[in-house]
Amino acid sequence: MSKINTLDALDKAAKKGRDLLFPSTKIRISIGMTTNSIAAGARSVYDAFLEEKKNKNMKFDMVKTGGMGFDSVEPIVDVVIPNKPRLAFAKVTVEKVPVLLEQVARLNLDRELPFYRVDEQEDIFTGETIQYVKGRLPRVFSKISLREEIPFYKNQLKVVTRNCGVIDPENMEEYIARGGYYGLHKALTEMKPDEIVQEIIDSGLRGRGGGGFPTGIKWRSCREAEGDIKYVICNGDEGDPGAYMDRSLMEGDPHSIIEGMIIGAYAIGASQGYIYVRNEYPLAVENLNRAVMQARKAGLLGKNIFGQKFSFDIKIAKGAGAFVCGESTALIASLEGRAGEPRAKYTHTVEHGLWDMPTNLNNVETWNNVPIIIARGSKWFSQIGTKTSSGTKVFSLVGKTNNIGLAEVPMGMTIRDIVYGIGGGIYNDREFKAVQTGGPSGGCIPKSLLDLPVGFDELADAGSMMGSGGMIVMDDTTCMVDIAKYFLDFLAKESCGKCTPCREGIRRMRSILEDICSGGGQEGDIELLKEMSDAIIDGSLCALGGSAPSPVLSTLRYFQEEYETHIKGKKCPAGVCKKLIKFRILDEQCNGCGKCRKVCPTRAATGSRREPHKIDQNLCIQCRACYEVCTFNAIIIE
Amino acid sequence: MNTENTMQDKVKEIVKKYKGDKSALVAILQDVQDEYRYLPKEALLTIHEQMDIPMARVYEVATFYDAFSLTPRGRFIIEVCTGTTCHVQGGMNLLDTFERSLRINCGETTEDGLFSVDRVGCLGCCSIAPVVRVNDTIHPQMTQDEIPRVLRTYMAKRYGR
Ligand SMILES: Cc1cc2nc3c(=O)[nH]c(=O)nc-3n(C[C@H](O)[C@H](O)[C@H](O)COP(=O)(O)O)c2cc1C
Ligand code: FES
Repeated sequence: MSKINTLDALDKAAKKGRDLLFPSTKIRISIGMTTNSIAAGARSVYDAFLEEKKNKNMKFDMVKTGGMGFDSVEPIVDVVIPNKPRLAFAKVTVEKVPVLLEQVARLNLDRELPFYRVDEQEDIFTGETIQYVKGRLPRVFSKISLREEIPFYKNQLKVVTRNCGVIDPENMEEYIARGGYYGLHKALTEMKPDEIVQEIIDSGLRGRGGGGFPTGIKWRSCREAEGDIKYVICNGDEGDPGAYMDRSLMEGDPHSIIEGMIIGAYAIGASQGYIYVRNEYPLAVENLNRAVMQARKAGLLGKNIFGQKFSFDIKIAKGAGAFVCGESTALIASLEGRAGEPRAKYTHTVEHGLWDMPTNLNNVETWNNVPIIIARGSKWFSQIGTKTSSGTKVFSLVGKTNNIGLAEVPMGMTIRDIVYGIGGGIYNDREFKAVQTGGPSGGCIPKSLLDLPVGFDELADAGSMMGSGGMIVMDDTTCMVDIAKYFLDFLAKESCGKCTPCREGIRRMRSILEDICSGGGQEGDIELLKEMSDAIIDGSLCALGGSAPSPVLSTLRYFQEEYETHIKGKKCPAGVCKKLIKFRILDEQCNGCGKCRKVCPTRAATGSRREPHKIDQNLCIQCRACYEVCTFNAIIIE
Repeated sequence: MNTENTMQDKVKEIVKKYKGDKSALVAILQDVQDEYRYLPKEALLTIHEQMDIPMARVYEVATFYDAFSLTPRGRFIIEVCTGTTCHVQGGMNLLDTFERSLRINCGETTEDGLFSVDRVGCLGCCSIAPVVRVNDTIHPQMTQDEIPRVLRTYMAKRYGR
């Protein structure tokens, strides 16, 4: 890669990238290669394509991209045939590869119908539309749905995730071809640092890492703070269980984070940046490292970027498996090589952060929004979303919905539109019960609030929070008391132990919940839980403790009867709490296949072949194995 | 002793890579853990001497982070995801079954040093929950039913390689 220090050089790189993204002679086949698609088999599919290419001596380009978002139909294979619509095939297996290739080569698409087609690609960066199709649309394609017609994609607006699943994250030119580094060029050559800060303030961008603090205001404070050296940090610790959009961005579009950080550093006056990546994300580390190297080689990191009197570089640090290190001061402690304990908030990190120097820390998705705000302007950005929450948000829609994956929507969309529209409703037509948002600091939102628009303030008012954007959908087989217990268990493990109310209080609350779940709940437990919550909220330094009781308080707010049924009725209506349930086999449904007998670890399930089986309640340990394995719905929970 | 010498050398080499930068302690411990799959006491002592960091600090950091282990770990580290999505899809039951099948508790290693069982927060694979990671391989949509087969596959690998 040659140096990119002028607009001209940028245009040249973009041209190269465009030729790869919109090939004029060769077919381009790309496979979403993320941690989760690899687990779903993407790597073997990729290898199968290479194998077939070699054996049949075919000519096409193979590319690995980031994730397309629709994770429950991975592996997804994307095919660009020159001058024809882009096609996507879903749930591709190794066996399907030869057929698929033959079809594509002959333009006969009858055997493996593509999942959808894309006729044109809007370049969100410039607002221009680029056509894949040259001339008239051939008849074979017309029966394939357009991507815009697929419910999962229909109401999404891909701003932050615009490149994920489209570009090869290993190829910087493809990133540039999609408008990448043009925002940086504009910022460095046409704007003063103060103007950039003002632009971010005007855009209304709020931090995507949880709290929703206005990003521009934070930048301004850091810019104004006294200090010889200033730092910018990208928080890629992504600890909220059930949220993985940051991983997807780091894996699928690393340059966008880097570009955002360079712009931020210029605006703030920082000379060094850090990206702190969670320990569990090796692929993200790999892709970020490569991207940093490429940017350095191109002169986009280092000295005198775009010929300006501005130098900046980025280092990547790996977390070591502590949830609390997602908290800004704990993260800084970890970067300094210490145990990740948060410190009191009266010293602000924007003034006294890393090595006591002014430090600006933002979340991955926040940084990712920056280049596009600069390129398209704050006015364009602030039109998206709502008045108080502008822009889009990437949610990980997971749990009991039919469609699972990452969905990016304008802020203000209702939970109903997300769960039923994009998510396609609840799996097996079961009853929606709640959606958990905001991770361990958040809460559960009940059915009665399905029409709540998602935004920072709306979710907080409902007793939950935005958090990093996890949306775990639960149905009537999820016990809300168990969920509250689950989060306290998580937090008890992750509390760093510095503040006594957090350390001891969470454990005590957990043991009360354990009692309730195992039939030992007592009158007055609910009141006690509420009282302890207040004490923990008041007596903790950081937000881990400060918001730890949220999962309990929100489930109490909306599902108090379920607690009462556990305490007074000694029953778990969802059939989850082991000590409160029994498994029984229905004689009339059981055909004696013996699966339950084979899987039972304690020999509680017995019976002769082709005869109805029985479960010995004295031996049963409620492990659920028989219940999961029975295909005749013969086992019930009571 | 010979092994100790080579360990010392290895650790010195790692420390050198970071040019004595004290803030690199976490990264250095990660490299040592990658090398030995745990943090041997000798290694911690070497770090303390080489970097001039008080042993108490080294120990504090080594025990604070979940990624570090002060005891030897199994050749196959089974990590059951207990993130929220995996939890609502039955991840806890998987953990119970692994513990029961291997007769160890979460966080422990089998006597033959083959398996360790642990829990881990969300692996970002919620779309294929519940998941279990064994070393670097993620097993999608695990069921209790499949566990014996998975364990057998890894036991067979013991003789391979
Ligand atoms: C216990 C705890 C864990 C957190 N984990 C994360 C995290 O994983 N990722 C993140 O971006 N922010 C996390 N935060 C929020 C950060 O402290 C910080 O507010 C945020 O990264 C700032 O970036 P933003 O303004 O761009 O949102 C966490 C906060 C707390 C209290
Ligand atoms: S909760 Fe297990 S992968 Fe996300």
